[in-house]
Amino acid sequence: MQHVSLIERLLRGVALILVVVFFMFPIVWIVLMSFQTNETILRVPPSFIFEPTISNYKALITGKLETSAASLEINFLRNLGNSVLLSVGSVALALLLGVPAAYAFARHKFKGSEDIAFTLLSFRFAPPLLVLLPLSLYFQKIGLADTYIGLIWVYQLICLPLILWIVRGYFEDISPDIENAYRIAGHSWFSTFRKIALPLAGPGIAAAGLLAFIFAWNNFIFALVLASADKQPVTVGALAFVTASGIQYGQIAAAIVLSIAPTLALALYAQRYLVEGLSLGAVKG
Amino acid sequence: MRAYPLTYKKLTPVSTTASKRKRSGFISRAALPYVLSLPALLVCIGILIPFFTAVFYSLQRYRLSQPWAREMNWGENYLNFLTDPGFWATLEVSLLYAVLTVGLELLLGLAIALLLQRRSRVNNFVSIMLLMPLMTAPALAALMFKLMTNQGFGILSYLLALVGVDDFRWGSSPDTALFTVVLVDIWVYTPFIMILLLAGLRSLPTQPFEAAALDGVPRIQQFFRITLPMLTPYILTAALFRLLESIQQFDIIYAMTQGGPGDTLTVFQVEAYLNFFQSTNVGRSAALLMILWAITFFISNIFIKNWLRLRERARGEA
Repeated sequence: MQHVSLIERLLRGVALILVVVFFMFPIVWIVLMSFQTNETILRVPPSFIFEPTISNYKALITGKLETSAASLEINFLRNLGNSVLLSVGSVALALLLGVPAAYAFARHKFKGSEDIAFTLLSFRFAPPLLVLLPLSLYFQKIGLADTYIGLIWVYQLICLPLILWIVRGYFEDISPDIENAYRIAGHSWFSTFRKIALPLAGPGIAAAGLLAFIFAWNNFIFALVLASADKQPVTVGALAFVTASGIQYGQIAAAIVLSIAPTLALALYAQRYLVEGLSLGAVKG
Repeated sequence: MRAYPLTYKKLTPVSTTASKRKRSGFISRAALPYVLSLPALLVCIGILIPFFTAVFYSLQRYRLSQPWAREMNWGENYLNFLTDPGFWATLEVSLLYAVLTVGLELLLGLAIALLLQRRSRVNNFVSIMLLMPLMTAPALAALMFKLMTNQGFGILSYLLALVGVDDFRWGSSPDTALFTVVLVDIWVYTPFIMILLLAGLRSLPTQPFEAAALDGVPRIQQFFRITLPMLTPYILTAALFRLLESIQQFDIIYAMTQGGPGDTLTVFQVEAYLNFFQSTNVGRSAALLMILWAITFFISNIFIKNWLRLRERARGEA
């Protein structure tokens, strides 16, 4: 190890603190704001010390927002529920469809398999509106407009490629010898898949599922184009909050905190899984 | 050893009838991979159809408000772009946004990755903290910054006023709107580049560095002569991936300014969205998206090649 001078260590320390402040400050500030009344928020200079209030969260949970003019009914819990339903539903469907396909791509080099896998991957990179805008017209015709099923289907655009490619990588890393041995022992293909391949790829499937959940939760554009107010997830719902007139700033902040809390908690809980998925499987972690 | 005779017994009948192997259920072995991937494919084909519809729309004069005037005009939507200043503004601001965000994020991400390279408790803690912005929905991150840059109570406006900048109007002025959305993008996505580069840095072999240190090569030269060249594949992959996303950015810009103020931030997808829903010009909207698609297709091909090479290498080392 090279000798590290005191000045260098000091500079490094300062740089680290700056980095942490830049990336953490917005979150800390919004959390602080969510515990303030409009009065303290509007005070100049801004205050770090104030009497915290949970009235913003209370208002969001009861759905009755007191504005300067009147009492406004905004059902933010419904948005939260929509987010949960859409994310969980899409990930579940994507796992159901994606894991067997990933296994097929990893184990059987069949005709056109690379082409199909690449086609599926390329969805990840195409502009979403290109598909969404015509789809919004189609959905009106076939009655899928503004339905959870239609939305979950469209969410496959992000979830399916993600699961397919991460899980495929995992299956490829597992030697097929164990499966072959189990097959030769007379077990059916399906029980080999279920009892050997799936458990071995378990961590990969978990990582892919987690990442897909976060991407689905954070998605904005799908629901903005395809969902009406009562089907919208938090990302779109929170925007309506900001544009609605007279809503208290603390309530907007509280809505944002409630919306980002689940993904942040997941990230903290499972950061090991995430890092590998996020680094595009380019690094084994 | 007990297992051996057991499996042997079962092995015999299977291997003797290998040619007409017992089928797994009613699915033959050759068809199995197709059957497995079919459901995923079907779902995607359902999504592919709108893609071709978009191609079709882009060749039409089609306004939702004037359905009677709908007709094929073939390449007219595209030809019109040549003389349409709005289109060139869109192209310019999209490219500018992509280059600015990716460039700055690369520099910052690389710097932070170098800072965190050594494994220590503090560094691990910081890199976990840096996951937070990345896990925040970009649209919500834009709203957070909108609250922080509010003229009345925004903390960032207040801090700027403290150092004497009074009339910085962030997202609501054409002069600073681009800066504001780029700032949000940097906040959200720098950690992505940092994670990838940090993983890359930590996977580099240590011998070249030890040899260089023994020879007394200055650290700055070690960085430019050894670290940077060895890290290039990672940098390239990260940059291409981000470029691909950044040129399509919608969430941050739409949530922050809806493409405004005026038409300062009408990047491709925002402009296409506004064309479709506000001026209901489906033809122009689709043509815009086709051009964006062509750009992303080009970038994604380079990206995928790079990424696969990197993955192969990671496999080889593992």
